[in-house]
Amino acid sequence: MTPQTIALHRFGMGATPEDRPPDDPHAWVTAQFARFDARPAPIAATRTALQAAADLVAFQKQRREVRAAAPAVAAAAANGAAMVPPTKPGDDPELKAQRRALRQDHYAATADARLAAALASDTPFVERMVFFWSNHFAVSADKQAVTPLAGAFEFEAIRPHVLGRFGDMLSAVARHPAMLLYLDQAVSVGPESLRAQRAAMQGRRRGLNENLAREILELHTLGVGSGYTQGDVTEFARALTGWTVAGLGGGGNADLPPGTFLFVPGLHEPGARTLLGRRYAEDGLAQGQAILNDLAVHRATARHVATKLVRHLAGDQPPAAMVDRVAAAFLSSGGDLPTVYCALVASPEAWVPGPVKFLTPWEWTVAAGRATGQRRVPPGSTLGLLDQLGQPMWRPGQPNGFDDLAATWAGPDAVMRRVEAAQRIAARTPPVDARALAAQLYPGALSAATAQAIARADSPAQALALLLVAPETLRR
Amino acid sequence: MAPFLVDRRGLLMGAGALAFAPRIAFAAAATDRRFVFVIQRGAADGLQMLMPVGDPAFAAARGALAEDAATATKLDAMFALHPAMPEVARLYAGGQALFAHAIASPYRDRSHFDGQNVLETGGTAAYQQRSGWMNRLLALLPAQEAQAIAVSATIPMALRGDREVASYAPSSLPDASDDLLRRVTALYEGDRQLHAIWSEAMQTRMLAGDLSGGGGRAGADTGALAAKLLAPADGARIAMIETGGWDTHTGQRQRSAAQLKGLDALVASLRSGLGPLWDRTVVLVATEFGRTVAVNGTGGTDHGQASAALLLGGGVKGGRIIADWPGLAPAALYEGRDLKPTAALDAFIAGALAEQFALDPARVGATLFPKALSGRAMSGLVRA
Repeated sequence: MTPQTIALHRFGMGATPEDRPPDDPHAWVTAQFARFDARPAPIAATRTALQAAADLVAFQKQRREVRAAAPAVAAAAANGAAMVPPTKPGDDPELKAQRRALRQDHYAATADARLAAALASDTPFVERMVFFWSNHFAVSADKQAVTPLAGAFEFEAIRPHVLGRFGDMLSAVARHPAMLLYLDQAVSVGPESLRAQRAAMQGRRRGLNENLAREILELHTLGVGSGYTQGDVTEFARALTGWTVAGLGGGGNADLPPGTFLFVPGLHEPGARTLLGRRYAEDGLAQGQAILNDLAVHRATARHVATKLVRHLAGDQPPAAMVDRVAAAFLSSGGDLPTVYCALVASPEAWVPGPVKFLTPWEWTVAAGRATGQRRVPPGSTLGLLDQLGQPMWRPGQPNGFDDLAATWAGPDAVMRRVEAAQRIAARTPPVDARALAAQLYPGALSAATAQAIARADSPAQALALLLVAPETLRR
Repeated sequence: MAPFLVDRRGLLMGAGALAFAPRIAFAAAATDRRFVFVIQRGAADGLQMLMPVGDPAFAAARGALAEDAATATKLDAMFALHPAMPEVARLYAGGQALFAHAIASPYRDRSHFDGQNVLETGGTAAYQQRSGWMNRLLALLPAQEAQAIAVSATIPMALRGDREVASYAPSSLPDASDDLLRRVTALYEGDRQLHAIWSEAMQTRMLAGDLSGGGGRAGADTGALAAKLLAPADGARIAMIETGGWDTHTGQRQRSAAQLKGLDALVASLRSGLGPLWDRTVVLVATEFGRTVAVNGTGGTDHGQASAALLLGGGVKGGRIIADWPGLAPAALYEGRDLKPTAALDAFIAGALAEQFALDPARVGATLFPKALSGRAMSGLVRA
């Protein structure tokens, strides 16, 4: 690869037919910071987390009503009622329609918007970083409450902070309903809190849920094996009690719209906390926030985040010297992300000519779409495509997100699926001269084998399909 | 004009994996006559479909490819039809199939893209004409209130132009064509990681039996779909069916047999699906150029010049072969390697269309092939 193609493909999300090889590849990347639009048109048109939460609350209410009515309906049927009722609560047509709407109006629509924005973006490095952070702070849409919120999570908690401070992104993530619901923070109750005491009097036990606290330490900030203890996890979990979501969590309905972040003092564990040897005085919401602030600029966090970023841009085996430099930039700037990005761009290890990464299905989808000049995303098509390609959108299944290693994505079935998808994409693309397009997408970096395969194809569509699955397109 | 897509798999109940993966595009016109253009993308070998078995040089020049002549259907003293095409043989016997051999477009080079562009636009050189001759044909047909049926993302070049046309493209093609898979294999040959991954993927696929090619089923499904869309009184009048997989640089004998079987099945299901309308229909089968006379080192043939074209339909004056046969002797070949063109494909097409739609042949020629048509449109191809 040439520095130009590295900029466009490794740092960017793949060249478009309009892209010209940048004169200054480094500056091409960093100049995007000033242009980035956190809410481009396709994303601005999607529904917010609050709208998703309102629909979710309506759905849950309906489900409760159907379930409550189910035994009575079943009894009526047993007694020979004329009308055949739904046999299961899940068969209720209204409930089904609501479930479908939650998926289409929120999950599918935000997935389409994400793709549309990526295809049209003229700040593809920053978009790449959005996807990186969204996966770093992964939620998973296979949890029912998260499904309609996953897209809004990325749009509201990640995008606005992608050029800000890491700590601000961390705070936004930890307060977003998608994360609070996904990692069960919304239902965590301080064992000595007012709410727990009241529950105990009624013979019920309410308690701590450590899920979010643990994953913030293990996945989002310090990283596994960085020296924190189970005691630290528990202390952090106690400090975070009270952080919940109106209408959907343990905080009752309050007077706020469902989905609003809410600190409920009655859920909060009273008292000072000690984490990583440091004492945090009782301060309600501010106590958990103070811990987050410290974690965000911790040395271990800098190293953990730097390692992942370097792996993303310099290869599966992150070069140690580059990790050191990027971690140092993180620490010295207090987690200022543009400073960190500049350290990445300035690292020669990220500009080695050989491809360093195998594209994930999502990256490939974006690269193929950009290569073919696609702009329109057929409604509802993104989720299906990413399912087929093996990386279901915002659904890694685990809080550690999708893997960022070649071995995960460079498998026989995965490549076969890309070939199948390439054929379909090429068939729908207006005829183009793939020979010229290939030379333009990979200036000075097109292999003879690829050029020959394209030139010998038996139709323009076949030539384009071959370009889309060529080694140049599969790797960056 | 929202593009619409038809899921071929849904419509056709599981078409098999074939290089013969067809796409169909339609255009409306005010006439009860139908015209279908089946394009063979990739340079179909006319010498394989319609074998000049009476040529003294044939057997020697074609080697193993000539062996199918033993079971081929003898059409006359010179030509025999490939054995994988019984339906076309029946049509020929019934006077409904007309062949033209040693025929070619004006294109004399060997690039698929450029050759297909000339074939579809009706120019003398690639990218000279900005629209397709099928689109320009629409302007000659009786005007109708129908503006357009619909427009899809992809219209083949032959149908592109000022007039709006609809396109039915498969929205879901879960199986890649055999031909594409073969080419991907070649593409990954020199890439250690991808070569290993791909070998395994192909092995898995073979175990699943997906490489069988469907035994002509995909062709049959496509013919049935086209008939369904052409048959209604308010249906399409003009259709184009794209077929691929004809670029047989290797293993041509088996691959051609499968391709021709698919084409034959397509014709059969189109005819039966159209019912009585078959008598009002003309089907043209043509390719961008032919293939070398000699067999190459891998049991295939390379890009050549003249090939064969085919007209089918109830109204076709068939049961005969139009050929000013140039011969296969080395001295008779174009540049010493290819079947020499002795007939103009554009004159053949213009003549067939003029007669099918009762149009002035000169006007058809001037509109569809403004620069290309050197001679006159052929006549006596289709009954009035």
